[in-house]
Amino acid sequence: MSAGRRLALALSLLGLGLALVAALSLFVGSAALSPGAVARALAGRAGGESVESVVTLQLRLPRVLAAALAGGALAVAGVAFQGLTRNPLAEPAVLGVSSGAAFGVVVAQIFGLGLSALQALGVASFAFAGALLAAGGVYVIAVMPGGLSIQTLLLAGVIVGIFFTSAITVLISLVDFNRLGGVVHWLLGNLTPLPTASLALFAALALAGFWLILRHARELNLLALGEEAAVQLGVDTERLKRRVFVAAALLTGTVVAFTGPIGFVGLVVPHLLRGVLGQDNRLLVPTALLGGGIFLLAADTLARNVVAPAELSVGVVTSFCGAPVFVYLLRSRYRAAL
Amino acid sequence: MSALVQFADVGFAYPRPERSREGGFSLTGVSFTIEPGEVFGVIGPNSAGKTTLLRLLTRVVSAAHGEVRLNGRPIARLPHAELARQIAVVPQDAPRPFPFTVEQLVLMGRYPHGPGRFFETEDDRALAAAAMDATGVRHLAPLPLEQLSGGERQRAMLARALAQEPRLLVLDEPTSHLDLRYQAETAAIIRRVNTERGMTVLLVSHDLNLAAEVCDRLLLLASGRLARLGPPAEVLRREMLEAVFGCAVVVELNPATGRPVVQVAWPEGGGVRR
Repeated sequence: MSAGRRLALALSLLGLGLALVAALSLFVGSAALSPGAVARALAGRAGGESVESVVTLQLRLPRVLAAALAGGALAVAGVAFQGLTRNPLAEPAVLGVSSGAAFGVVVAQIFGLGLSALQALGVASFAFAGALLAAGGVYVIAVMPGGLSIQTLLLAGVIVGIFFTSAITVLISLVDFNRLGGVVHWLLGNLTPLPTASLALFAALALAGFWLILRHARELNLLALGEEAAVQLGVDTERLKRRVFVAAALLTGTVVAFTGPIGFVGLVVPHLLRGVLGQDNRLLVPTALLGGGIFLLAADTLARNVVAPAELSVGVVTSFCGAPVFVYLLRSRYRAAL
Repeated sequence: MSALVQFADVGFAYPRPERSREGGFSLTGVSFTIEPGEVFGVIGPNSAGKTTLLRLLTRVVSAAHGEVRLNGRPIARLPHAELARQIAVVPQDAPRPFPFTVEQLVLMGRYPHGPGRFFETEDDRALAAAAMDATGVRHLAPLPLEQLSGGERQRAMLARALAQEPRLLVLDEPTSHLDLRYQAETAAIIRRVNTERGMTVLLVSHDLNLAAEVCDRLLLLASGRLARLGPPAEVLRREMLEAVFGCAVVVELNPATGRPVVQVAWPEGGGVRR
């Protein structure tokens, strides 16, 4: 089967899966609504002020959309960072890029920016800048003549992550806590219902980052040959690295701005997809958008319901899934490298 | 007929001595041409500047002095993809880790012919299949490159370069990982692409005997300077080689081909072996 056919098939299946998980997520929750009531609300036949309408359309639906977007964006960012560093362990949270973005968000909150649409753009800009700063830091620390070695890359990510986490703690200590309402909850990775305009902004930024990475998916494959060989095959590697780097930081920053630093999505989803589809980034980038959506949506549905009526942070669920995958990849990778 | 490649008084020095294996070396005042259709060899001791010369030709680094031209045009002004349609490089060995399959690797050679395309075309696939046939790796197509032996990897990398359909095929130390049989096969493949496909070949090697066997002309580099340029029989002279390599050698003629064969004259234990 040609790569194009495989991609079409994989996207159809994942699209179906996403629809199913989204439906499931809409129909279950701590407010005990009957499936009929949810369906009435979705069809617009329930009154605007009715409980089922408020819960379904104003609480659950925006949350489902935000989860699908955030998961997709994080998984695509994971594929991008993995392609750039030639390392399947690279991921926004592991590289400390999420921490950098979170630092940006906390700074934005100190300036009093919230989640209304215009202010959200400001928050996202701060998060993007933080993500760029952190990713740049990791690169400067880890780069060696001859590429990025796995040990230095991971250590650089840990160092940068610790640095920005500490910086966040300093900011929280210095600033009146009441001005940073809910920041601790947010720092665990948390999906709250977003206003429609903010959701639209979220989607626009995430799709822009996705599109930029998708356009360079073929060149990312060639980068696996090494930079010198990629240049000799006609790839402008400097431009490629710059663009994919910026796009991955944009995706990370956007997700962190709207949902908080959710870890390991960019590790788990690309790993599972590689097991089925192989290494071709042209297949991985688009499927990661849908697969990441499915994964985070499922994780969030679990987080909402497993200890209902209380809630777990979705970041806790993804970390519980991600840690074992990380260990597995690290062990198998070391066997191959040594 | 104009030269395919021209080095005009090319000089280059790495900005600072890198600690990497090939770092810190430079070229000074190197001028030569590679004519269409010939098999051209660049030889010399380690660190003589062979790799630097190759990097200058493929624009991985840019000349600090002088100019490198392809078909009379300075390569500094050619777009990357255009250069890659003219020159293909077979590296010493495959990169690691490299998780792609042989077929995916060979298809990567088609990139410069359609850098704007998302997927390869049917024509690209057919050319990749033909290239795999030419180097005998078609049956390995679905396997990850990392599962192949050294010789098979080398032939897969060669197939990728052939799929690139270049006018100039550059081989960088093609026999460094290969046993005798594959060395013989490599020599045969070089001759075949040269005669059947009309590709010009640039062989960069420290294997003097392979170079003597397949090359029309040799360029001997010593400490970043051109020491000698000419047919193998003129370049591979005992006095010249002893001065450049710093050890005693014996040069004989291969009874089968009449080409020079160079051996180290082992200082103890009987010296020349016949």
